[in-house]
Amino acid sequence: MSAPARRRRRLAENVTAYGLLSAALVVFALFSWFPIVRGVVLSFQQVNFVDDPEWVGLANFELLFSDPLFAVAWRNTLLFTGLALVFGFAIPFLAAVLLNELRHARAYFRLVVYLPVMLPPVVTALLWKWFFDPGPGLFNEGLRAAGLSGSAWLDSSDTAMLSLVLVSTWANMGSTTLIYLAALQTIPGDLYEAAELDGAGIWRRLWHVTVPQTRFVLLVLLLLQVVATMQVFTEPFVMTGGGPDDSTVTVLLLLYRYAFVYNDFGSASALSLLLFIALGVFSAAYVRLTRRSAE
Amino acid sequence: MRGAPGPRTLVSPSQLRSTRGRIVYWVVFTLVMVAFTLAFLFPLYWAVTGAMKSPDELARIPPTLVPEQWQPGTFAQAWNELDLGKYFLNTIVVAGGAWLLQLAVAVPAAFALSKLRPVLGNVVLGLMLATLMLPASALLVPTYLTVADVPLLGVNLLSTPAAIWLPAAASAFNIYLLKRFFDQIPDELIEAATIDGAGPVRILLRIVLPISRPVLAVVSIFAVVAAWKDFIWPLLVLQDPGTQTLSVLLQRVAPDLRLDLLVAGLVLASLPMVGLFLVFQKQILAGLTAGSLKG
Repeated sequence: MSAPARRRRRLAENVTAYGLLSAALVVFALFSWFPIVRGVVLSFQQVNFVDDPEWVGLANFELLFSDPLFAVAWRNTLLFTGLALVFGFAIPFLAAVLLNELRHARAYFRLVVYLPVMLPPVVTALLWKWFFDPGPGLFNEGLRAAGLSGSAWLDSSDTAMLSLVLVSTWANMGSTTLIYLAALQTIPGDLYEAAELDGAGIWRRLWHVTVPQTRFVLLVLLLLQVVATMQVFTEPFVMTGGGPDDSTVTVLLLLYRYAFVYNDFGSASALSLLLFIALGVFSAAYVRLTRRSAE
Repeated sequence: MRGAPGPRTLVSPSQLRSTRGRIVYWVVFTLVMVAFTLAFLFPLYWAVTGAMKSPDELARIPPTLVPEQWQPGTFAQAWNELDLGKYFLNTIVVAGGAWLLQLAVAVPAAFALSKLRPVLGNVVLGLMLATLMLPASALLVPTYLTVADVPLLGVNLLSTPAAIWLPAAASAFNIYLLKRFFDQIPDELIEAATIDGAGPVRILLRIVLPISRPVLAVVSIFAVVAAWKDFIWPLLVLQDPGTQTLSVLLQRVAPDLRLDLLVAGLVLASLPMVGLFLVFQKQILAGLTAGSLKG
């Protein structure tokens, strides 16, 4: 092929390629890239959809900082994330280790642990709201049957957040458990045999073989879980509406209120920006720390 | 009734074969069986049977384990009173449209990036993948405003299914998953077809798509499940009650609805996803680990 012919063919290929890409470019431009830029711009503007947007500098941020709920929402969100990490990280890992040892009914275990993941989160939240009912609710009934006293669950500011964490752990542990299980199944059996020959008991084998061998998956899922739980919304919105006494107001619930209750899209965008920065800083620091400890 | 021997795991086979090992194994197995069934299956049993109890029985303390009077008619009553047929249809339109549009956008884009490798293709891919780093909630407000007044076109998509379809189509994850699969298809196959005179579109339809069925299945199932489960975005953009999805409807009517009708509605709204899971279990569980582990 001559050089001009090759160039012509290459041009035709590019035109076809961008033709095939055009739909993706349009939806990304309109619904992803443009909103990213717009979100940053909005953080520094006041918008009311009647007048032109007005630049207000840092006024939106100042308003947020002066809102007493701002600190409360961050504290609640961190509490939720911390508790979700304790439950949602440890329980699925232990469950996966146990399931990996069992030789029977494996398909059944995989099926039931993943079933809650398939339920729409609103369904899960409303069902659990009913289970938590201090009167005829399932949980207090179970506690009473076991001779224990019931709890106020969602009705007390001491236990409301913990109750939401339980729901979220139940609903999501299926996917983490099965991802851990898949990781456990890639561990070469001779590592356990070698450790056993060296006289390592079950606990030491767990600590010195299982954990290091699944380290990568554990670290990635930890990061993803923190990012996901910092954005918790459905459970508090559906189950408590932020109460009692603002004990379950999360950052995203506050963001929702600013945008769709107070119609202050500028301040809501400023809050999004803060959440984005917080998660970005956390992710970058986490990746850097885990990479350094891996070397 | 021996289980499959399986690969070597934490516990050594010889330990398992000893009498003590066998006793411990079956005790642990029974405990895990009871715990998993109670934790994951029993709440669903409670919901299904709860919906069939009379309102009096449902409010009774202590509750009954098995309904004294079975009232399966509650399901039909909930269906009629909540007009569930309409909301199922809304949800199917939202989820089905999101699925088709995601495939229509992502498949050609991933093919172009993987096999035609246009100028600046890597930059385009990088810009798309960069959106994966962004927490979804950071874009809620600006994307909402974009959907309310689409730039250039000047249309308002609020309370139309397109408000969900279009942002869903800007999915970098789909493009990433598909591109990775297409990358494994040997270039020789494409070249041979080119020499036979087939154009790129023909190659995509006749060669690439038929061998990509596994990855198309994974992308399809996840697209449908995600759209069915989504809550916050439909809550924001489907404000006209008649256009809402099941999740938004249930959350809206929950505070004032008789409990047995609400629980029946919750069960009905989950059935399609549970059914989908039972049918496509293998693909869903395979996609779960493929999507998250190697990512």
